[in-house]
Amino acid sequence: MLIRRAPRFTASEITDPKLYLSRRELMAGAAALALVPGGGEAAAPKGEPLAAKRNPAFSLSEAATKIDHATTYNNFYEFGVNKDDPSRLAHTLRPRPWSVQVDGLVHKPKTFDIDELIKLFPLEERVYSLRCVEAWSMVVPWIGFPLAPLLKRVEPAGQAKFVEFTTLLDSNQFPAQKPGFFGFSSLDWPYVEGLRLDEALHPLTLLTVGMYGQVLPNQNGAPVRVVVPWKYGFKSAKSIVRIRLVTEQPKTSWEKAASQEYGFYSNVNPAVSHPRWSQADERRIGEFRRRPTLPFNGYADQVASLYTGMDLKKFY
Amino acid sequence: MTRRTRVALKVGVWAGGLAPLLLLGYRAWTDDLGANPISFITNTLGDWTLRILLASLAMTPFRIVFGLSWPIALRRLLGLFAFAYVCLHFSVWIVLDFFFDWPRMGADIVKRPYITLGMLALLSLIPLAATSTTGMIRRLGARTWTRLHRLAYVAAVCAVLHYLWLAKVGVTDPYWYAGALLVLLGIRVVDWSRRVIRRRAAAVAASSAPLRS
Repeated sequence: MLIRRAPRFTASEITDPKLYLSRRELMAGAAALALVPGGGEAAAPKGEPLAAKRNPAFSLSEAATKIDHATTYNNFYEFGVNKDDPSRLAHTLRPRPWSVQVDGLVHKPKTFDIDELIKLFPLEERVYSLRCVEAWSMVVPWIGFPLAPLLKRVEPAGQAKFVEFTTLLDSNQFPAQKPGFFGFSSLDWPYVEGLRLDEALHPLTLLTVGMYGQVLPNQNGAPVRVVVPWKYGFKSAKSIVRIRLVTEQPKTSWEKAASQEYGFYSNVNPAVSHPRWSQADERRIGEFRRRPTLPFNGYADQVASLYTGMDLKKFY
Repeated sequence: MTRRTRVALKVGVWAGGLAPLLLLGYRAWTDDLGANPISFITNTLGDWTLRILLASLAMTPFRIVFGLSWPIALRRLLGLFAFAYVCLHFSVWIVLDFFFDWPRMGADIVKRPYITLGMLALLSLIPLAATSTTGMIRRLGARTWTRLHRLAYVAAVCAVLHYLWLAKVGVTDPYWYAGALLVLLGIRVVDWSRRVIRRRAAAVAASSAPLRS
């Protein structure tokens, strides 16, 4: 059911796992070295290896974006609006201890410690394409498990129609949450994102705790984020502290900031332009020429049925 | 101002004007342009176009506020540097960003207001660069030339709007440029209205002069 009919990529583009693993070892070694002088304090899990088997049914066969690019070119407004702010300031975030509250319209609300959460379900690696609303994209090997079994475990009530994700609110850990000049703030904190319940339960929706064979780096949303590959990147909430099931469609941070530009659905759609720029094509990081953007970021055969009968120009 | 200071100032402008380009070249050479080099180059060149354009527009206010006349001698050079940077910015857009995809670029110019404004800014700088030589000033006559060169204001306003319009929510840089431009234009407006008032007062004084005698 899952694989795209015609892969967009040739077999030669696949990263050789051996190469990939040796890089991983190298990085783990470098990280270990880097940790030595600092000593005891809150041994940040940066660069810590995280084992997971690749799930080929959910993986692109395209070469992954260079890890250096995936960890230095980020939109994570809690650290700042520039692409290099998250990697520069990532050390301010403390991903341990951490807990995630799963509540709202559920029969068994529960707050999970992050280390408990990670062990709930088997981790798997999935190579997804990530399409940013700014018309660039990456290919990232994420590690996590589908969100669906977690939601089922807390037993959603009948009235639950949407899932709301909330990112940590703490200006000591997220410097850009402090108001700037004239009390200016880029977004209304905390960051809130949302999905329809059926979108959240879709097997592609991944609760993510790692990437590139490592524990999720801070700048990529440590310790836990979602990845919703058929939507623009900002829909994939990072550093989640709360997952709440609700009846009403959540009011998301980007809708509050500019609802005419960033709708609730925000499915990748080359036919619906951003009001200020075209979404017809994208630059894959590491490539020179732009490539056409695919409907639902190439996942149409898996997710288009979620939106049957909906006017996607209206529900952008 | 001695000839020596004038030369020193011009050398300073040349050095300052070339430095960002050399730095960009160095970063390209050392593979230090980040994950999205094309976007980085475009933005850097755009930033410097705006900075230098605003610097060229700051020379007259310097004279108005501080009574210094030497900055005027640097205005043309700064203007030409701004033009050079906008040409590079535009070329990168054509060659690196869209790789000569003319229909796509044409559509963007028509459909995306920020690109329309960027094009207007570029277009209004072309006649200024073309008439920047002393020979052209002579040929046009000082008056026509001065009038034509008011296009610099159009270019600056379009360039700032271009940036304001393209920047995403939360990015504050374009507001600083807009603020700087408002100050630079505001000083001119205040100066201009003061001169108008003074001229009128003088005219009134002249017309009432016979009564007093």
